Amino acid sequence: MNSNTKDTVKETLFVDGKELPINGERNVLEVARKAGIDIPTFCYHSELSVYGACRLCLVEIEGRGIQASCSVTPEPGMRIRTNTKQVRDIRKISLELILANHDLSCPTCSRSATCRLRELADRMGISDIRYKAIEQKAPLDHSSLSLVRDPNKCVLCGDCVRACEELQGVGAIDFAFRGADSAVLPAFNQDLAEVECVNCGLCATVCPTGALTPRSEIEEVWDALDDPDKVVVAQMAPAVRVGLGEYFGMEPGSVTTGQAVSALKAIGFDKVFDTSFTADMTVLEEGEEFLDRFRNNGVLPLFTSCCPAWVKYAEQYGPDLLPHLSSCKSPQQMFGSVARRVLPGMMDLEGKELVIVSVMPCTAKKFEAKQEKFIHDGVPEVNHVITTAELGLMLRQCGLQLANLEAASFDMPLGFKTGAGVLFGVTGGVTEAVLRYAVEEVQGKALENVDFREVRGEQGLREATVTVEGVALRLAIVNGLAQAAPVIESIRKGTSPYHLVEVMACPGGCVAGAGQPHTFNPAARQQRTQAIYDTDKTLDFHKSQENPELAKCYAEHFDGVGGKTAHELLHTNYTHRKRLHEVDLALQEGESQGTLPVQVCVGTNCFLNGSQELLRKLMAHVDQNGLNDQVSLTATFCMENCGKSPNVRVGDTHLEACTFESACAALDKHLGCVPR
Amino acid sequence: MQQTLRKFDSLCDILDRFDRDPAKLISILQAVQAEYRYLPKEALAYISTSLGLPPARVFGVATFYAHFALEPKGKYVIHVCDGTACHVKNSQGLVKAIQKKLGLGGDKTTTDDLLFTLETVSCLGACGLAPVLVINEDVHGMMTPQKCVEALDEIIEREAE
Repeated sequence: MNSNTKDTVKETLFVDGKELPINGERNVLEVARKAGIDIPTFCYHSELSVYGACRLCLVEIEGRGIQASCSVTPEPGMRIRTNTKQVRDIRKISLELILANHDLSCPTCSRSATCRLRELADRMGISDIRYKAIEQKAPLDHSSLSLVRDPNKCVLCGDCVRACEELQGVGAIDFAFRGADSAVLPAFNQDLAEVECVNCGLCATVCPTGALTPRSEIEEVWDALDDPDKVVVAQMAPAVRVGLGEYFGMEPGSVTTGQAVSALKAIGFDKVFDTSFTADMTVLEEGEEFLDRFRNNGVLPLFTSCCPAWVKYAEQYGPDLLPHLSSCKSPQQMFGSVARRVLPGMMDLEGKELVIVSVMPCTAKKFEAKQEKFIHDGVPEVNHVITTAELGLMLRQCGLQLANLEAASFDMPLGFKTGAGVLFGVTGGVTEAVLRYAVEEVQGKALENVDFREVRGEQGLREATVTVEGVALRLAIVNGLAQAAPVIESIRKGTSPYHLVEVMACPGGCVAGAGQPHTFNPAARQQRTQAIYDTDKTLDFHKSQENPELAKCYAEHFDGVGGKTAHELLHTNYTHRKRLHEVDLALQEGESQGTLPVQVCVGTNCFLNGSQELLRKLMAHVDQNGLNDQVSLTATFCMENCGKSPNVRVGDTHLEACTFESACAALDKHLGCVPR
Repeated sequence: MQQTLRKFDSLCDILDRFDRDPAKLISILQAVQAEYRYLPKEALAYISTSLGLPPARVFGVATFYAHFALEPKGKYVIHVCDGTACHVKNSQGLVKAIQKKLGLGGDKTTTDDLLFTLETVSCLGACGLAPVLVINEDVHGMMTPQKCVEALDEIIEREAE
């Protein structure tokens, strides 16, 4: 067919007798769904590769028999039937088989209301499970600070596996074993907290059941609210205001800022503040950091550091890139620091303990808040982190309906924000907010048009150039960590053209975070995004530098943007982080021979810097000098000091950038030999 | 140490031989298992680092195939065929005799001295010799429980020397 006819003659196929156009859909399933026929699926996800495992999307295709519609390319003239007796029967059997092995604890499952399995069982009219269950309960994995893994609820659809690898480029979980023993597991069946999981929770977002769920902190928060010796304040992230409504059946993108504030007050919070306030603060701190690097030939590109999943990713996979990461704390942690400095002088705490609770659209924020570096003398900057959905549940526990609540205002001063601070909730938002500050600084006069539409959008990796006074600022915006890989690669090769790179782990940014109310509505993300941009428009100020409360806060409590106090309280540092725990390679057979432990790091970075050769030489050295009885040599994975590789530990001595000679010298010293 | 040195070297050699190509993971695992007689967790972690694959993927492949073992196996691996032909010719009797002789049973498939591992397979494709078993590379056809014990005794005697 030549291209002319293709343009003029529309290609069609028939679904249940209805003629439908083919418009480049990648499979029959999408054609049918566009026509409003919702073929059931577990393992199909429009953003992931096609897997074809769940066998629920079966249809009958004339001349071809029963086929999985997700795996059939639409062809002109195809005649497809989606609802025959055979199709219905097979779908039912598939569901029954899944249900037979499923832990049917629906009333106590947090995903009960949004469970795909439950919905489909209901839809298919399954009233009886004819197959015998295999009685073997697997233990739950509670190790992660962000997520809970319940293998008993897993239906092996593989959505989480593909999301983690394809969208996040991590691959922390994968299928293991086979047949009846098949399971989705972290490497070596280790705990989730012991592997390279970045806590983004995308696995929980795509999971059709309750096999992966955000770890709840509701009880801890109730305890704090009930405690008369505690003053409890909340901070609410930008994306929460455009997500919470869905939990109560409102349209996606409903803005419920005022209701959310009044709801938090109603359940006992003493004050309710806005994380957008410290997002504005981040703009100033990060904007200054960026301009400083830009003007003074500093390390560029500058990576944003608001997303804790991205930060963990960078700490694990890019030890050489950490100097590129902005030293700014995330808005959540900045809020904790600022609140602990500002609030005691402002509120009468009467000697009571100040408890700070975050409401976040995110599971990784739970992990972030519990990091050692954010706990000072036993006091965490942020005590508890609940998700948008957890807040929804708390309200429901109290019998509160969001829509019935009268709107209330945030408390001042930490509740005042500009539109720039609200933009942090969407991909491209941090970049746009920083541009509103940086461009004004560079051009030295007020910025008239604050909208930078070139940085908005949905694509996983976007590029934009903004020219100010003849100076080009080259930007990259990443959402979905897998898209960070080409940027990282270009930096390593020295070919990166960028000055500023924004990275958010979740596709779409925080509005689509794993802490938002669960939805299978693919349009929800766009509607929440639009709501964020609309919120920016309705606010009086659109540039962080115009936030009057922020200016006052800086004047009263800090010695200016990027000053000494700001650096102490608002900035942080990063460490190299190993991906796997407790995997050492013993190099001597049988019982460990010697008493002096010698560990050579063979993690990725050290490996690239020649640790393998070093190890070979050391082994030969030990062997030739008959030291087998005295040393115990192991290869270890990552000493979290990748910047100065290769790393070797001899007894309690740590050797950076170790050479064969320096390792031998350390060995001699520890063994009390006369240096050769 | 000399032996382990060779082993680590051979792990590296194997990786080099297969160009550190992630697409050749299964071949690499086969070669490493031939060297170690099983796939130690640490070796899997090292392989995943070297190939740039997530460790969960390497673990998944290693656990998918029955051929791969994550626990140490004995020096002599006995595969008793339990396919249809061998089954009707009393292959279970062979299994029981070997288990009794070596003190194995249930989950315990490897002797404490790491000399023997006992496994069953679904068909060795030598049905004419049923019941059949293979000890490492040696095929023993038309077996009886008595002959099994004799074959084991012979190996034990040889190893004792």
